[in-house]
Amino acid sequence: MQKEGQVRIPSGCAIVGAIDRSGGTICGGDMVRAIAVMHDRSNGLGGGFAGYGIYPQYKDLYAFHIFYAGSSAKETCERFLEKHFDIVNLSKIPTSPHPRVTDAPLIWRYFMAPLPNKLARCQLDEREYVVRCVTRINTQMKGAHVFSSGKNMGAFKAVGYPEDVGEFYRLDEYEGYAWTAHGRYPTNTPGWWGGAHPFALLDYSVVHNGEISSYDANRRFIEMYGYKCTLQTDTEVITYIIDYLVRRRGLTLEEAANVMAAPFWTTIAQQEPERRERLTFLRQAFGSLLLTGPFSILVGFTGGLMALNDRLKLRSMVIGEAGSRVYISSEESAIRAVWPDLDRVWAPRGGEAAIFTVKEGA
Amino acid sequence: MKIDAQTTDPHQLPRLIRQAEGAVEVDHCLGQRFLGTALEAGRTLTIRGVPGNALGAYLDGGVIEVYGNVQEATGDTMNEGKIIIHGSAGDATGYSMRGGSILIEGDVGYRAGIHIKSYGDKSPVLIVGGAAGSFLGEYQAGGLILVLGLGCEDRAPYGYFCGTGMHGGRIVVRSDHIPVNLPDQVVPQDLTADEIEALRPHLEAYCEAFGVPMSRLLPHRFYALTPNTKSPYRQLYAMS
Amino acid sequence: MSLMNTFPSRFEVVRDMDKCIACGRCVVECGHGVHRFVKGTKKLAADERRCVNCYRCVAACPTGALKIIPNRQAVNESSNWSAANRREIALQAESGGVLLSGMGTVKNYPLYWDKLLINAAQVTNPSIDPLREPMETRTYLGRSAAEIRRDGSGRLISDLPPHLTLETPILFAAMSYGAISYPCHEALARAATELGTFYNTGEGGLHPDLYRYGAHTIVQVASGRFGVHRRYLEAGAAVEIKIGQGAKPGIGGHLAGAKNVGDISRTRMIPEGTDAISPAPHHDIYSIEDLRQLVYSLKEATRYEKPVLVKIAAVHNVAAIASGIARSGADIIVIDGLRGGTGAAPTQTRDNVGIPIELALAAVDARLREEGIRNHVGLVASGTIRNSADIVKAIALGADAVAIGTAALIAMGCHMCHSCHTGNCSWGICTQRPELVRRLDPDEAKAHLVNLVTAWTREIKELMGGMGINSIEALRGNRLMLRGVGLTDAELRILGVRHAGE
Repeated sequence: MQKEGQVRIPSGCAIVGAIDRSGGTICGGDMVRAIAVMHDRSNGLGGGFAGYGIYPQYKDLYAFHIFYAGSSAKETCERFLEKHFDIVNLSKIPTSPHPRVTDAPLIWRYFMAPLPNKLARCQLDEREYVVRCVTRINTQMKGAHVFSSGKNMGAFKAVGYPEDVGEFYRLDEYEGYAWTAHGRYPTNTPGWWGGAHPFALLDYSVVHNGEISSYDANRRFIEMYGYKCTLQTDTEVITYIIDYLVRRRGLTLEEAANVMAAPFWTTIAQQEPERRERLTFLRQAFGSLLLTGPFSILVGFTGGLMALNDRLKLRSMVIGEAGSRVYISSEESAIRAVWPDLDRVWAPRGGEAAIFTVKEGA
Repeated sequence: MKIDAQTTDPHQLPRLIRQAEGAVEVDHCLGQRFLGTALEAGRTLTIRGVPGNALGAYLDGGVIEVYGNVQEATGDTMNEGKIIIHGSAGDATGYSMRGGSILIEGDVGYRAGIHIKSYGDKSPVLIVGGAAGSFLGEYQAGGLILVLGLGCEDRAPYGYFCGTGMHGGRIVVRSDHIPVNLPDQVVPQDLTADEIEALRPHLEAYCEAFGVPMSRLLPHRFYALTPNTKSPYRQLYAMS
Repeated sequence: MSLMNTFPSRFEVVRDMDKCIACGRCVVECGHGVHRFVKGTKKLAADERRCVNCYRCVAACPTGALKIIPNRQAVNESSNWSAANRREIALQAESGGVLLSGMGTVKNYPLYWDKLLINAAQVTNPSIDPLREPMETRTYLGRSAAEIRRDGSGRLISDLPPHLTLETPILFAAMSYGAISYPCHEALARAATELGTFYNTGEGGLHPDLYRYGAHTIVQVASGRFGVHRRYLEAGAAVEIKIGQGAKPGIGGHLAGAKNVGDISRTRMIPEGTDAISPAPHHDIYSIEDLRQLVYSLKEATRYEKPVLVKIAAVHNVAAIASGIARSGADIIVIDGLRGGTGAAPTQTRDNVGIPIELALAAVDARLREEGIRNHVGLVASGTIRNSADIVKAIALGADAVAIGTAALIAMGCHMCHSCHTGNCSWGICTQRPELVRRLDPDEAKAHLVNLVTAWTREIKELMGGMGINSIEALRGNRLMLRGVGLTDAELRILGVRHAGE
């Protein structure tokens, strides 16, 4: 059977996100309990989490989470890492054996900084340097897969139900100012942990519900810019689109949302002139990055979360607010189960990005 | 207005010329393309140096005078106006011109006057003071190509395959030499005294533009090359 | 005896004498001079050799007395030597001339459109009902790659290079006034205006009466530069440099002097009765860097306000050529495939030179993406776009839009007799004979064009909705929406699609 990346597997899903805008911490265990409520939206073939602010002691270092199929893949990959990075700390990621999470690969974590002379010699921006190293490992090193590569954040994922995956990774022991969680409902067995979500690149992580009908138009466009869609998942291509638009082209997240979920031309025509001009420009300039078909996505980034629905709002998504806390979920029940007291519950309109950030200085 | 091309962004130069009012002079020109594109009647452009390709393309009545040589595709598809070159010109000069005139003091490259055509009261004139390269007047459909052959008195002042595909207009040559291998559809015939006299305004234009005394041009033998059919390729096709 | 007279005619004209009332309508209607009264009688006769089966007489006969049938006379032919081969040899043996043909090739090359199947959404994402929900076919043609620049207050500066806005991704292909008649041009201009799309002057210039439709006109600059002058360039919404045409790659054009009369000669700006010869190449373009020169001289002439298209025929190394064009300042590339139509072309060129549009389009789109410049140009495909499904497939392969020529002619009444080159079109389309031209009602022709494009646009929306796609840009290059049937590995690789079932 073909594994994820050799074949495109459609899937539906459940997503949850949480952020404390004052910079206070949220326990990873709460996320596990919330996503567990939506058990029926997953089918046991993938679950995962991303936490922000979870590695304060190493906050200036890139935290790589890597799956290895075996020790020889690990040796090859580590030789590569040593050549390109100053590895400050490395360890196995702590896990607890779980009866419903099986066939685990080797799971390692590295806190690193690019080697300064190497970086200077290749004339790349530091983040571009890291992206290229990740792409190199994931496309060229058999048996090694970097599934998290940002600073002061980390993704945790596996084949299984999300609540089981959370327990496996002992997320109760992590605290962060923002989290995303994902339960996957693929149509067939990916059988490979790298295919679970979130998908993360640098500090961007994306969880996503739905299946976009524009996938190949988006993929073939973004691959012009050096990205390789090795997993053939929507989440992967969406992550690259955000990285491309925000990091490489300098758009704001809101502008990136206006590209990915561009309003209909008839809607654009009704806007006041300045907004109309901006929306027209973005849609014309990046038409091939429009996502069509149903999706709700949560994008995690340093200092915040963005929630975005497709422009027809074909997937459910609600936002609950309580003081400085914001919760986002496919279903309200998942929020209420863990955080029952909410000031306000609302659903963002289709195509309208809801962006929540931690207050400056918090 | 005077522009120093050396200190001007070459990509902005055509725009500056276009947007200027009245006469424009460009100094130190070196390879800047598209100067005087579609310049309109009443405008003049004087260039010192060597302008780039496609000088005066689609010229629409303006007058361009160049003190220096010009490169390729000068006067491409020009409609009206005048280009005076105090020097020599490169290949495909006057390609597809429909009206106006191009005066070249010296020589011209390959395929000069290719596919020039006349229409209504428009009849293009290409005057070459020296000699022309091969394929002169290829596909010529109208107008006049006048080759004076100054400094080229010992042979025909144009290369091989002159007037191939010609189906209109004439090529007039000031020369004692007619090559033996002219294309089939081109017929040479000496000009009569009256016909040479009729040519005088063009000769005067050349003399005036470049300060050449008429005595250098006349008297002399002139002959014309004209096509023997308006439809050179009619017999080519099998019609059932 | 003439060799051609020893050869059976292609068609038989069958006249039912019980129905025929000898009214002579067929004599009047036939542009090819088939029907005539036998001298001094009221009896009708037919010169079957002249018949091209254009159907005009059959349609016009008031009593339904006429029928054109393939000649029943047995002709000796074999698997290797067809009757058509033999007829052509006889014609050339007699005339010594080059064979000419009209319209697209009649040879049986693979038609990849019919070997590609379109996807639809089931369960994992929803199909969309275009009758209820918004479904967008608006297409921006041109360079879309843009710098992200901001003003002092951080606002995006929204300027893109000039482009064409199409309400539906269908253009009318370039067909010159001269090749086709004035009412055809008028109908195309008015239909394009009503539909929010564009027609194309071809290389014959722009008739003064049609300048008013300039906002929906693409003005062409071909190697003959007929009718090209400043006002012409300024009149159109865009300027197209014609390098080649699918039906006759590498061949110039040639409007016979006999057709160059009246308004045709005025529009082309050449004297009446002379041949209008378009050289095979542009003589100011002998190399790719020369193309850049012509592109920019046209941009200079139009003050950088209009996009420049470059039209090429699909030839063997079309991907590399297109990539070079994309780097030469062109805003839009038009690729015309092997099966594209023409008013007249040497038969052997039409039938043997070039490659099918599907493969060319797929190769060009892939190459431009490999080089990271796909969004530097718009891409238009043409050459046998027969229906809306072909359009959906073309866009999924990577086109921004398609151009239709033959389909538009059929909508205006063309019966595909492949005799455009004779100039005797009984339907008033491909002719300049005044009595024939008069037959084409521009109002009716315009209405038919509008109907056709409107119907196809509806169908495109249905097919898009079926795939769960509600915006045409999400279909562009979306090759996962296609699967091949009965294709070889090489064909699938070039088309960039998987086989059905995969």
